Amino acid sequence: MDRNPRKSFQDMILALHDFWSANGCLILQPYDMRMGAGTFHTATTLRALGPEPWNAAFVQPCRRPTDGRYGENPNRLQHYYQYQVILKPSPANIQDLYLESLRVIGIDPLKHDIRFVEDDWESPTLGAWGLGWEVWCDGMEVTQFTYFQQMGGFDCKPVAGELTYGLERLAMYIQGVDNVYDLDFNGRGVTYGDVFLENEKQMSKWNFEVADTDALFDLFNKAEAECRNALANEVPIAAYEQAIEASHIFNLLQARGVISVQERASYMGRVRDLARGSCEAYMEKEAPVWAEKYPEWSK
Amino acid sequence: MSDFLLELRSEEIPARMQAGARAELEKLFRREMDAAGVTTGEITVWSTPRRLALIARGLPEATEAVSEELKGPPVGAPDQAIDGFCRKAGVDKASLETRDVKGRATYFAVKNVPGRATKNLLAEAIPAIIRDFSWPKSMRWGAASISTESLRWVRPLSGIVALLGDDVVECEVHGVTSGSVTLGHRFHHSGDITIGNADDYAMKLRAGHVIVDHEERQDLIRSGASRVASDAGLKLVEDEGLVIENAGLTEWPVPLLGRFEEDFLEVPPETIQLTARVNQKYFVCEDDKGELANAFICTANIEAEDGGARVVDGNRKVLAARLSDARFFWDVDRKKTLAQHAKGLERITFHEKLGTVADKVDRVAKLADWLVFDAKAPNGDHKLARQAAELSKADLVTEMVGEFPELQGLMGGYYAKAEGLPAEVSEAIRDHYKPVGANDEVPTAPTTVAVSLADKLDNLLSFFKIDILPTGSKDPFALRRAALGYLRLVQANNLKLSLDTVIHAWDGRPNTDLAEKLADFLLDRLAVQLRDEGVRHDYIQASRNWQGRPDMRVDRVEARARALADFLGTEDGANLLAGYKRAANILKKEDWHGAEGEIARTGEEDPLALVDDPDMKAVVEAKMAERHAKELSYDFEPAEKALMDALGKAEPAAAKAIESEDFSGAMAALASLRAPIDRFFDEVTVNADEENKRAHRLDLLADFRAAVHKVADFSRIEG
Repeated sequence: MDRNPRKSFQDMILALHDFWSANGCLILQPYDMRMGAGTFHTATTLRALGPEPWNAAFVQPCRRPTDGRYGENPNRLQHYYQYQVILKPSPANIQDLYLESLRVIGIDPLKHDIRFVEDDWESPTLGAWGLGWEVWCDGMEVTQFTYFQQMGGFDCKPVAGELTYGLERLAMYIQGVDNVYDLDFNGRGVTYGDVFLENEKQMSKWNFEVADTDALFDLFNKAEAECRNALANEVPIAAYEQAIEASHIFNLLQARGVISVQERASYMGRVRDLARGSCEAYMEKEAPVWAEKYPEWSK
Repeated sequence: MSDFLLELRSEEIPARMQAGARAELEKLFRREMDAAGVTTGEITVWSTPRRLALIARGLPEATEAVSEELKGPPVGAPDQAIDGFCRKAGVDKASLETRDVKGRATYFAVKNVPGRATKNLLAEAIPAIIRDFSWPKSMRWGAASISTESLRWVRPLSGIVALLGDDVVECEVHGVTSGSVTLGHRFHHSGDITIGNADDYAMKLRAGHVIVDHEERQDLIRSGASRVASDAGLKLVEDEGLVIENAGLTEWPVPLLGRFEEDFLEVPPETIQLTARVNQKYFVCEDDKGELANAFICTANIEAEDGGARVVDGNRKVLAARLSDARFFWDVDRKKTLAQHAKGLERITFHEKLGTVADKVDRVAKLADWLVFDAKAPNGDHKLARQAAELSKADLVTEMVGEFPELQGLMGGYYAKAEGLPAEVSEAIRDHYKPVGANDEVPTAPTTVAVSLADKLDNLLSFFKIDILPTGSKDPFALRRAALGYLRLVQANNLKLSLDTVIHAWDGRPNTDLAEKLADFLLDRLAVQLRDEGVRHDYIQASRNWQGRPDMRVDRVEARARALADFLGTEDGANLLAGYKRAANILKKEDWHGAEGEIARTGEEDPLALVDDPDMKAVVEAKMAERHAKELSYDFEPAEKALMDALGKAEPAAAKAIESEDFSGAMAALASLRAPIDRFFDEVTVNADEENKRAHRLDLLADFRAAVHKVADFSRIEG
C-alpha cells in the first residue's frame, strides 16, 4: 500500500520509522507510563549514560496537564505525541540526516524556511542539560535538537544527539490545517479530533478541576517511597520508573494549583533527587562492565 | 605580502553570540601574530550562523631573523649555575660567549632566531586560536567525546578554510583538517565551494547564496523590512535588536510581510508586539494613525520558489496560535477581578524576611493612603490611592504576566479598566512602577504618584530595616533605582515630604536611625543625579543640615544645593566664597570663636545651633552687649563700618529668606556682603595693635561667617 505522509498523520509516523530504521535505528514502542516528555523514556535517559553506542527511534505520548485547553485551542494539548530519535555518539552528519527526514515527510526546504534557532535544553529534574536548537519551519518550532552534555549529573561520554519532533505540529504543517483536531489521521477521513477531542475535554477538566488532590499528594509520597525501596534493593530501572511517576503526579498537582511557589521548589527538588538517585544507581551498576569494554571511557 | 583568509565553519552559532565571537577571533588572531612577530595590515571579521571568517591583509612571507642575547652568570661561577643557565637558554656550554660587564667577565648566550615562514606560523596559530577560543557556552560532540578532553566549541566545528595568498595553510584541530573547500547556503547551494584566496571568498560565497558580511545582511533586513511595510501602506516599527538578531539567523535574508486576523487587535497591542518580537523575532507595523496594524514581518533565510507565499502563510499560522494564547490569557484573566487575583499574592514570598507580596501590598496601601490623606503629598483622593495600591500587584499572578513578565503593571492597568474601575485607579496600577529608567516619564497624576512613591519607599525602607543595602555593583533588589525613582517623583511633583514623618507613618513609630539611613542613601543618589547639572556633591553636603540636624526633606536639600550652585557660579558668589575662606582661615588661625563660641564650647560641629536656643538667647545678648560696650570705644574705619552695616541688613534678610525656604533670596542677601567684605580685607588691618580693635574685627569676621553659615555650610565646599 502506498503511504502518503502529506495526507495522513499515521503515514507520517510510518515514514519516519522507515527513514530512521533505514539509518540504523532500533524502532522502539512508547514507554508504558505517563510522562512529560519523550526524554523520560529509558531509551533516552538511561541509554544516554555510558559508552555503548545506541541508536533508537520511537513515538512517545506526552502529558502536559497545564497545557490542556479543553479542546478549545487549535494547537495546545495536554496529551500529544513526540517522535524521539537518539543517536549516540552523535554522528557528524546528524543535521543532514535530520533535514533528509523532513524531506521524507514532505517538507521541501526550498519552499519552507527551515532554521536552527538557539535553544539550549535543561532538565533540572533529570540533572541534565545540552546545547542545541529549536528547529523552525516557517517560524514554527517543529523539532528540539539537543546534544546531551550531562544526564543525571554525569558527563555524557560520548555525547548523544537527541531529536524530538512535535508530531501534531509537523502534521498540521504538512497537511496545511490550522486546527489540530482537523488533522487527517489515517488518510481516509478519520480526524485527530475524532480520536482525541473528547479526551482533551475530559482530561482538561480532570487535570484542572476534578483530580482529588489529597489522593495525588498521597500518590506522590508513595512513589517517592517506592523509588527509595527500589534503590535500596539495587533495581535502578524500577526506581527510575517511580521517579517518572512522581514527576507526573507533581505536574498534576501543579495543574490543580495546589502547590505554592515556595513548595514548588521543594517538590522539584524531591523529584530531582529520585531521578538523579536512579541514574547514579544505574551508572554504578553498569560502570564496571563499561569500563572493561571501553577503557577510553573510564578515563 | 599576502592576504590571509580563515573561515571556521560550524553548525548554527547562536545569533546573540556572533558579535562576541567576531571580537574574540580578532583578539586571538592579533595575540598570535604579535607573539610570532608577524605584522598585519587591516583585519576584517565577518560572521554568519554557520561561519566565522577573518581576513588579514598584507602579511609578510616570513618573519625577520632576530638575534637574542641572554646574560648569564659571571665566569668562574659554580658549574651548577652555568649548567642551569645553559638549560634555561637552550644552548650548549661551548657556545657561550664571554663579555665584560662592569669589569667582570660574564657569560652570554647568543641565540639567533631565524626568520620563519608566515605560513608555518599560521599553521601553529590556528589550532591555538581554536583551542583558546572562549564561548559563553560550549559543548562536546561526536565519537571523540567519549573523553571529556575532546575539543569544545559552540556547536560542532565542521570545517576550516585557511589560505595564505593562494596556498592552503595546513593544520589539523581535533580531527578537522584545513583546506580550501567550504559550503554555501544550506538549501540554495549543494556541493563544495573551493575558495581561491581572500579576495574571491565573499564573491564565491555570494554565488553560493551566502552573504558573509553581517553588516550587509543587517542593511538588507533594515531596508527590506521597511520596503515591504511601505508597499503595504504601513510603517515599520524599527527595532535594531531584531535587525541584528535576524541577521545572525540568516545567510540570505529575505524580509516578508504577512497579515494576521484583525480580530486579534482586541488584545492589548503591547502583548501582540511582545509575542511577535520575543517568540517569533518578527517586526511589527503601524498604520498611518500610529496604531498597531495587523501585520508582521518575518525574515526568511531562503528565496522561496513561490515568492514566499507558503513561508508567510506558515508564519501567519504560528503567530495566530501565539496570539490565540495571548487572547486566551486575556480572556481567562478577566474572568476574575483584580481583587480576586490579589488573593493569590498571599502565596508569593516577597522576601524571606519580609513576608509575602500580599503583606507588602498592605504596607504600600497604608502608606499611599497616608501620603494623600495626612501628608497631602500629592493632593488627591486617598481612597482611590488605597484602592489602586491594593490592586497594584494583582497582575503578577495573572496568566498574561506569567507568560510576559515585562508586562507587569501594564496588564494590571488593562484589567482594571476592563472591570470598570475608575480611570485614576487603572492608570495608577499601570504606571506605578514608573519611572524605571533615567529617561522614563515620571507620573504626575496624584493617585499614581501616591502609589508609586509608596511602592518605592516601601522597597527602600523594608530592605534597609533588615540591613540590606546595595554594595558595589550588587543591587539585587534595585534599591538604587527605587531611590532615583523617589527623587524624580519628588522633583516632578514639587513634593515636600519629611522622611521622619514618612517613616513614622510606615513603621507606626519614629525611627531616627532609619530616617537618617534613608536620607543619606537618597542624598547619595541625588549627588549622582545632579552631577551632570553641575551641582557638585559638596554643595549637597553644604546644604544637608537644617537647623543643626540632618535635613529630612530631600527636596529642600536639593533646592538649597541648586541655589548654592547658581550663586557660586556668579562672580559675586565666587568672590564671596573667597572672602569666606579668608575670614574662616583667620578665625581658625587666631582660634577665635566669636561671641557664640564663648557662650558654650559644646563640641557640636555647628556652635550656631545653640544660638537659636531660646534658653540661651538672654545669655547671648548679655554677653554681646558686654563685649560691644568694650569694643565700641574706638572710631571705626569706614570699611569696617560698611561691613557692620551690611551685615546688619544681610543677616536678617538671609535669615528671613531661609525661614521661607527662599534660597535664591538668601543667596542674594549674601551677595550684598561681597563688596563690603572685599573692601574690609583691602582696607582694614584685623590684627590691630589695640586689643579692643582686634577683638572687634575678629568678632565681625565671626559674625560674617555666622551669617554665611545661616544660608549654607560653606566650610563643606571644596576647592
